[in-house]
Amino acid sequence: MLEWRRRREPSMLMLWLSPLIAIGLTMLLGMIVFTAMGYDGFHAVESIFVTPFIEPQRWPDLGVKAAPLVMIALGLAIGFRANVWNIGAEGQYIMGAIAGTGVALVTHEMTGWWILPAMAFAGVLGGMAWAAVPAFLRVRLQVSEILTSLMLTYVAVQGLYYLVRGPWKDPDGFNFPQTRMFGADQTLPAMMEGSLVHLGIPAALVIALVAWLLMEKTTAGYAVRVVGLAPAAARHGGFSADRVTWATLLASGGLAGLAGLFEAAGPFGQLTPQFPTGYGFTAIIVAFLGRLNPLGIVFGGVVLAATYVGGEIAQTTVRLPQAATGMFQALLLFVLLATDVLVKYRIGWKARAA
Amino acid sequence: MTSIITRRRFNFGAGASAAALPLIGTGARAQAPLGVGFIYVGPIGDHGWTWTHDQGRLAIEKEYGAKIKTSFIEKVAEGPDAARAIRQLAQAGNQLIFTTSFGFMNPTIQVAKQFPKLKFEHATGYQRAENVATYNARFYEGRAVIGTIAGHMSKSGQAGYIASFPIPEVVMGINAFTIAARKVNPNFRTKVIWASTWYDPAKEADAAKALIDQGCDIITQHTDSAAALQAAEQRGVFAFGQASDMKAFAPKAHLTAIVDDWSGYYIKRVKEVMDGTWKSGDVWGGIKDGMVKIAPYNDAVTPAARAAADEVTKGIVAGTLHPFTGELKDQKGEVRLKAGETASDAILSKMDWYVDGVQA
Amino acid sequence: MTTAILVSILMTLIAASTPILLAALGELVTEKAGVLNLGVEGMMLCGAVAGFAVAFSTGSTMLGLLAAMVAGVATAMVFAVLTLSLTANQVATGLALTIFGIGASSLIGAGFVGRTITRLDPVLPAALSEHPLLRAIFGHDIVVYLSLALVLGVSLFLRRTRPGLILRAVGENDASAHAIGYPVIAIRYAAIAFGGALAGLGGAYFSLALTPMWAEGLTAGRGWIALALVVFAAWRPGRLLLGAYLFGSVMTLELQAKAAGITWLAPELLAMTPYLATIAVLTMMSLGRKTGRLNAPACLGKPFSAS
Repeated sequence: MLEWRRRREPSMLMLWLSPLIAIGLTMLLGMIVFTAMGYDGFHAVESIFVTPFIEPQRWPDLGVKAAPLVMIALGLAIGFRANVWNIGAEGQYIMGAIAGTGVALVTHEMTGWWILPAMAFAGVLGGMAWAAVPAFLRVRLQVSEILTSLMLTYVAVQGLYYLVRGPWKDPDGFNFPQTRMFGADQTLPAMMEGSLVHLGIPAALVIALVAWLLMEKTTAGYAVRVVGLAPAAARHGGFSADRVTWATLLASGGLAGLAGLFEAAGPFGQLTPQFPTGYGFTAIIVAFLGRLNPLGIVFGGVVLAATYVGGEIAQTTVRLPQAATGMFQALLLFVLLATDVLVKYRIGWKARAA
Repeated sequence: MTSIITRRRFNFGAGASAAALPLIGTGARAQAPLGVGFIYVGPIGDHGWTWTHDQGRLAIEKEYGAKIKTSFIEKVAEGPDAARAIRQLAQAGNQLIFTTSFGFMNPTIQVAKQFPKLKFEHATGYQRAENVATYNARFYEGRAVIGTIAGHMSKSGQAGYIASFPIPEVVMGINAFTIAARKVNPNFRTKVIWASTWYDPAKEADAAKALIDQGCDIITQHTDSAAALQAAEQRGVFAFGQASDMKAFAPKAHLTAIVDDWSGYYIKRVKEVMDGTWKSGDVWGGIKDGMVKIAPYNDAVTPAARAAADEVTKGIVAGTLHPFTGELKDQKGEVRLKAGETASDAILSKMDWYVDGVQA
Repeated sequence: MTTAILVSILMTLIAASTPILLAALGELVTEKAGVLNLGVEGMMLCGAVAGFAVAFSTGSTMLGLLAAMVAGVATAMVFAVLTLSLTANQVATGLALTIFGIGASSLIGAGFVGRTITRLDPVLPAALSEHPLLRAIFGHDIVVYLSLALVLGVSLFLRRTRPGLILRAVGENDASAHAIGYPVIAIRYAAIAFGGALAGLGGAYFSLALTPMWAEGLTAGRGWIALALVVFAAWRPGRLLLGAYLFGSVMTLELQAKAAGITWLAPELLAMTPYLATIAVLTMMSLGRKTGRLNAPACLGKPFSAS
């Protein structure tokens, strides 16, 4: 009989192969499921997974969609490595945008090169402040950061609604619930004429590189990993778990906040009730798709961005409903999590009991 | 795999050249179907706003058959995602693109700049360009008709109004309804609950129940679901359908409905692109244009109410009756419209005050 | 205000609280076994659409309720297989389950949009409910009574029965429970299934009782409120009942106040309160730990493997 045998050490080969196996399996499963539902399964999967990569005009879209996902996932992954489960990145993302928008609104009649950096600074602080609450509660009171960070997300969403419908409503906006558009000095400069490509995309790549160096090449990164893998050993080694909790939550909150600010000052150019699009939650999927490794996350972010962009292409090419794209993303993660078992286990024959 | 890539590249090339072709080429390309694209804010299965627009899309398919090819992208978030979706439709070779939510305004203008040869139509917005037209329906005309019925049918003289957000569109609906009802019953009052959502069936139902508990015996709404009608049916009071005929959900309560019908406008605009006569502009169509329709009356609507409602409809169509005719005072008693004066479109599209009789 | 109106408000309040109570109660049992399933919203939507589809096709709301529970269990099993048998991360799997449930329910429900069914009726004879005050007691549908019975049942099960004790032991210390010889994985499977069944039932309460119809995203985020409620209730069924009704009151009375022309607080600030209150409760629980004890299952969210 077949059985799972735990590997002594996680298989490095499987660690990197499993996302690829997962993507392949998802494509196959997607084809079967969509065909069974009466759609052109082959072309649906082609539209979602192939077209976005081979049509150069889709690449800017991929970048715009992937940048916030990657940036948030980078922060989350550092925490996940240390067993710190910040699942409220969506809230930190919103708070970053709110803080940055606050600066933009205060300075809306001013000009100057310093405004954008000030907004970015406020964005990072806003995200950090929102992540500091779960950090404090976990370190001081042993309250689970999973629950508090999730709860705070909804508080942030309602806070955003309150601001854009109330005090921050555009005075010239016919009562529509949205802030005024940011001025030129409050907006990220476009990197490419006529597209939404903004500074956030190269920033995400740079941050990924820094995060990789930090995690793999420094003592701090080592501390994070040890605290996650072996808390007892970490204590003996003199690494403070509390300090790691604080650092990872603040880092992930700050990055989420920065991503929020980039999104507000870039593609949106204002705050609206539609600002929260679930990037904070999707980034958790990206972090896992990227194996919690900063460079893997860049890859994971682009793949997930492709499912969004490709999902829209599939709607026009084979009339695949939007809901099917959501199912496809879920399927991708299910399969990835399932193939994960290959990293930790191998399949072998069970010896018959005598 | 190679064949896929090659074919895709080819398609991409074709799409790009179609987008770049000036429209003078229309005659030469007469055999190729005209691409018409739609961007929807909700799912086509919402049975509300998006559903009515998709009915319009189906109507042009029925009208023009193989001469056109429609495509749509549903559940597009308002913001950068919309710009991407619109651009995708533009690059896929669509010549005419309808963007059907207010929040698509900036993305539409932005993408239209990059595709000067394509035609864009943005619903409910106020920004236009050479190749961006706007269109909207005068729903307030329908509100005046149902307000008249409400004035006749309500025993308590109190209507409950479930509203989404206090934007001009919604505010003018509340006012038109109340003005019409007060012409019948000068003491009529409209109680408004701001649901702060366009769509949350359970909350809409609970809002209806709260209004009924507070003495309202007629319910109307400016939110999307049929839940409020169901609540009215359960409590034995009257209500009106929103966006489409919702009689099936509340056979006894459903007095009539304001029906959005975009098909006439869509058919006309597609024809104009085919003929090369399309021009940007702002169309605000009402009952007369068939963009707003009144669903068949319920048997419960009394003859007096029917006659009065028909009278209002006729007056609006003939242009002898404007739902906003002075003298109109706001709640502070300030005169907003002098006697005999009618509200201009500019006044309507910025409306942020309530007439007497509204509790909002 | 007359009695009739007060009773009517009470009925609305109870109806609004019931689906959240059900979903939260299911999640409570799941979490007591040490498993955090964030896919409540997804399971509710699958239950809502399955319940409506079956009720519409067969004409029986009872069969609809049953189908909703089956759908809830089926959805929950995806989560269970991944997290228990394949030791996948619970947070990621739960989030994926929500995305899956939203997509799947929308695809399944596409053919049922705009269809109507008859609403779930009060279960007791109408003669009992003629007086308004009696109506408040006897005028509810079967799911309301069932939810109350389940609160009592779960409370007794967890505190007074041996299987309940074992379930809690599994949630507190899975390694010890395993060492003693309890089937940790099997117990967690059962707890997740129970959570799925109640989430499905809660979802169906929308599509069969509150707003008898199907439309995409019908539950509008109530699954997340249920998750908050479990924490708010400190994993105690009795407090869960209190919390659900408290929350239902806030939602209902807010609308009543608005209908009466009273607006004392921005609706957004009010909408924050359940979540802020939950954090406050968590904090207070932790502060008071020296006297009492933190009731959170110690193994919540942590994977377990026997080998």
